[in-house]
Amino acid sequence: MNSSEEKIHSTVIILLHKIAPEADLNKLLNHSDIRQTLGIDSFDFLNFTISISDTFNISIPEDDYGKLVSLADIIQYIKNQNPQFS
Amino acid sequence: MADFCMPSLGADMKTGILVEWHVQPGDRLKRGDIIADVETDKGIMEVEVFEDCIIDEILTQPNTEVPVGTTIAKLHSAIGQESSATSAQMIVQNGQQAAQGTKELVLETQPGVPSTLESQPIASIPPPSAEPSESQRLKISPLARKLAAELSIDLNQVKGTGYAGAIQAQDIQAVALARTQKQAQISPEVEPAEAVAIASPATVQPQLRTEFQTRMRRAIATAMSRSNRDIPHYYLETQIDMSRPLQWLAKENQMRSLKDRILLIVLLLKATATALTDVPELNGYWLNDNLQVEEAIHIGFAISLRQGGLVTPAIHHADLKNLDELMMTMRDLIERTRGGKLRSSELTDSTVTVTSLGELGVQKVFGVIYPPQVALIGFGKITEQPWADQGMLDIRPILSVTLAGDHRATDGIVGTRFLQRLDFHLQAIAQP
Amino acid sequence: MNSVTQDTAPQTIQLTYREAIRAALREALQKDDRVFLMGEDVGRYGGAFGVSKGLLQEFGSDRIMDTPLCESGFTGAGIGAALGGMRPIVEVMTVNFSLLAADQILNTAATYLHMSGGLFNVPLVIRMGTGGGKQLAAQHSRSLEGWYAHIPGIKVLTPAVLEDARGMLWAALEDPDPVLIFENTLLYTMQGEVSVPAQPVDIRYAKIRRAGNDVTLISYGASLFKALEAAETLAQSGIEAEVIDLRTLRPLDEATVLASVCKTHRAVIIDEGWRSGSIAAEISARIMEHGFYDLDAPVERICAEEVPMPYAYHLEQAALPQPAAIVQAVQRMVTRHG
Repeated sequence: MNSSEEKIHSTVIILLHKIAPEADLNKLLNHSDIRQTLGIDSFDFLNFTISISDTFNISIPEDDYGKLVSLADIIQYIKNQNPQFS
Repeated sequence: MADFCMPSLGADMKTGILVEWHVQPGDRLKRGDIIADVETDKGIMEVEVFEDCIIDEILTQPNTEVPVGTTIAKLHSAIGQESSATSAQMIVQNGQQAAQGTKELVLETQPGVPSTLESQPIASIPPPSAEPSESQRLKISPLARKLAAELSIDLNQVKGTGYAGAIQAQDIQAVALARTQKQAQISPEVEPAEAVAIASPATVQPQLRTEFQTRMRRAIATAMSRSNRDIPHYYLETQIDMSRPLQWLAKENQMRSLKDRILLIVLLLKATATALTDVPELNGYWLNDNLQVEEAIHIGFAISLRQGGLVTPAIHHADLKNLDELMMTMRDLIERTRGGKLRSSELTDSTVTVTSLGELGVQKVFGVIYPPQVALIGFGKITEQPWADQGMLDIRPILSVTLAGDHRATDGIVGTRFLQRLDFHLQAIAQP
Repeated sequence: MNSVTQDTAPQTIQLTYREAIRAALREALQKDDRVFLMGEDVGRYGGAFGVSKGLLQEFGSDRIMDTPLCESGFTGAGIGAALGGMRPIVEVMTVNFSLLAADQILNTAATYLHMSGGLFNVPLVIRMGTGGGKQLAAQHSRSLEGWYAHIPGIKVLTPAVLEDARGMLWAALEDPDPVLIFENTLLYTMQGEVSVPAQPVDIRYAKIRRAGNDVTLISYGASLFKALEAAETLAQSGIEAEVIDLRTLRPLDEATVLASVCKTHRAVIIDEGWRSGSIAAEISARIMEHGFYDLDAPVERICAEEVPMPYAYHLEQAALPQPAAIVQAVQRMVTRHG
């Protein structure tokens, strides 16, 4: 990961921690399904998505929901949506 | 014969070295005489006996290190009685054993001085009274007595399985259930891999993916078995084609910003509330042998707590709220539930309960009614399935919905009508 | 905007119970000039349990006062200050020593409002350490909050979780009548999270810390965590216990307790005081009075053994309520016998 990706990664982890404070985030590999691995329900995931949108200043259309499955997916998505992070 | 154990000579002493015995078998000691030297971190200490005694047997050799509490010699009281303990060995094997209630510690004082510790389990109930005679009152809990009256059960026919032979609610229900078993309509479609085990509360199928799901299943299984004892349940299930509602939802959310998005469960709750206005007999309480239909529809929604366990706070007037209002209410409730900040009215006001385990991959939910409610609606997971529509075969997203009904309040006809109306309202959402 | 902005959820920080109380004290001292802390070793030593460490340096000796070793005297002085318009926080090192101030607490603080025909409130807060388990033996290990809960005219609080340790003090200071806050000394090192800024809490209601349908476990203070531990053990056998944190012993939140017992039909009360005439006995009586027809088994109590607290570690543990005893009691109530 380059440094920009690292920054995104660590920020996303912080946001995840706020949603699921008791989850063991060490268990989350880059390609794990976040919702399944951490047992996050749809409300929490929506809140998480909103926080991603606010924090990285990107919009996330409804159709793209399915793209945010793993950490790797999310980082890639953020990079694509906001040129500042590429 | 009594045990003489390695004593604890300091707060954190775990082992001691028996350095030297001052006695041999057959010796007679008086209270205060030295029996042995023991070495600890703090040096060598002389150990005395606290009672007149005679040494029977030496068990530990000199210069041996043993844990505190190990029996190192056998002796007996010189007064001649069988004493179960001497003060020199008043320390139990280890603190944990004592804490778990295997309390063998008895502080023997001089004869005539009552011992102040009781060697009984810590929380003791008054011992059961003597053999029941003809004139003895029946040992039955107030709740069981109330239930028996409600269900017209002859108490003389009931065998009590509570502590000390007391008759408890479960015993009354066992008799009632046996009586009403034939009348209850039980849906036979139980898929053991995915649905809850209806059998016994203690056995839980260990086929689940996460700890969280396991605990939730356990809670449901237990509550189910209890509720099954109290309430004669009937179960109905239906499959609903969700393609139209899902399409509508996707389109609707596309037009909204992320923060205003509506989740599927809100749609389901709204449709449930509306269906309840069509079939109000499922929205109420069973009290005093009567169905009390409630005008206000407060849907209890099952929310899991982070540390395990389930709470079902009420969404007040669910039928009068629009989708946005329902979404906001849900958010607020979930946040406050997880933060432990619910109001007591929210915990007691539900007139019906909805449980949705679809997100966790459970296909069908056979739920447990929370008395005094008379119904519970369960939403399972949406799965792609073959579906016949107007003679054509297609693959559609199908949602399994179950209804658990209290058979004293309603029967299958009512439940079926409700499920039909639920389907109707979900399809209608796609129409303006 | 490129910065990582604050998110919508409230922030939280990690604190110990002791630090939470210290934060509560600081906030109170900052917000209200009338508030001051007095007690043995609260100033230069930083508090016998380290709660007021640093406060003397921050607020000065007018606000943080070291008192002589005389509980009756300094509690009386606190009462006088409260009558004179101040908002003192009197720290009595432990409830054991409060016995020396019992006359002041009962006959003066609790009674002035009544005896003055409603003219004189005593807006006093007394904080005390309580509880056993540290091998401090017979005279230093008591849990007498149940005794104090017997007295009309005062409120008795028993914060167990960090949110309450942080929030109850201000609510207590706002109360115009005497409030006693009992801090179980075993909890001082307990870690947890509190919101920033701290959320206000009420001092009237009990809270359900764990929901369940099979039995209600009622507790407070350090015993709450034993009840929660027992609940976890019971869950493994498929028995789901509902655990209630009383939070306040006087006034008791009967409604929450009764609603729960009405649902579960079984109750166990865990109380670190001695059984006879305990707060557990009081709660048991109230459940019997108002929930009799919902009970499926007698209400049980897990309390300390009726002995002066032993010194030796395993004897002390045997004398105190333990999760294993709670589990045993519940299993006796719930499982079928034959």
